[in-house]
Amino acid sequence: MKSLAELQAIRDKARASVNIRENAEAETRVLVGMATCGIAAGARPVLTAFVEEVAKRGLKDTMVTQTGCIGICQYEPVVEVITPGKDKVTYVKMTAEKAVRVVNDHLVNGNVVTEYTIGANAIGAK
Amino acid sequence: MRELSLNVMDIAQNSISAGASLITITVEEDTAGDTLSISISDNGRGMTLEQVEHVTDPFFTTRTTRSVGLGVPLFKMEAEMTGGHFHIQSVVGEGTTTTAVFKPSSVDMIPLGDINDTINMLVMMNPELDFVYTRRLRPEHGEEREFSLKTQELRQVLGEDVPLNLPDVTQWVKEYLEENTAGLFEAGNAAQEP
Repeated sequence: MKSLAELQAIRDKARASVNIRENAEAETRVLVGMATCGIAAGARPVLTAFVEEVAKRGLKDTMVTQTGCIGICQYEPVVEVITPGKDKVTYVKMTAEKAVRVVNDHLVNGNVVTEYTIGANAIGAK
Repeated sequence: MRELSLNVMDIAQNSISAGASLITITVEEDTAGDTLSISISDNGRGMTLEQVEHVTDPFFTTRTTRSVGLGVPLFKMEAEMTGGHFHIQSVVGEGTTTTAVFKPSSVDMIPLGDINDTINMLVMMNPELDFVYTRRLRPEHGEEREFSLKTQELRQVLGEDVPLNLPDVTQWVKEYLEENTAGLFEAGNAAQEP
């Protein structure tokens, strides 16, 4: 069973490491739309996948956070990736599998996954 | 919604928007009574009587981005569909409590789904807020059982400098919830055997 003693060990490890960073220092922000529309469309597994993959990759300068409805409910789950100095990238109709690829291709290697973006998926786009 | 746990995430978001510092989420299953109750209670700014009267109306919302608000009406409909009921109580300056009671045997019952993921995500995304999550089981045979996750307790252990959204802490919370949930249901099976 998980015990509070284990949590103490986590605390001690965190204090010992120099890697505790404030979120304010985060460079890249990943915003997952978590309003009623996003949640109903399956945003929670997308959020979980982003959090787990970012932790697994140890991306300390990336902050995964949630946002409300941005007004394009028909494209939910919607994820925005905001990197200072670069254009905002909006991914649409996301899934947990797509989230893993966005972390690996975009956040780690800097290659936007164009096929998942709103530009490639908007009505009339081809 | 495909899972009731998603409604919990959605309704809890209202509490967060209402400026709550403490959100109490209780999931209570009564096997003999054929009920599943979900309540979300907060100490946010609360609502006026007029707002409470209109909150289950999909075309009523306080936000300005657009004129529909579906979260609360959906949750109410899902409870009433099963033959259950829905109640919302609010006092300005004190907070709001939303309770939905479901009848799990109904064909229209939506599964609870991954409630642990909902709780874990809420804690992780709002490390500055406190949550009390209780899962209670009243089995047909045997004693009532429950477990809780209280972020105040975790905060006491972690101290002020180690945040609740540290990946290692999130992993701990995830495993804590999984183990305790499994324990809740396993104990029931063991009690029924002799």
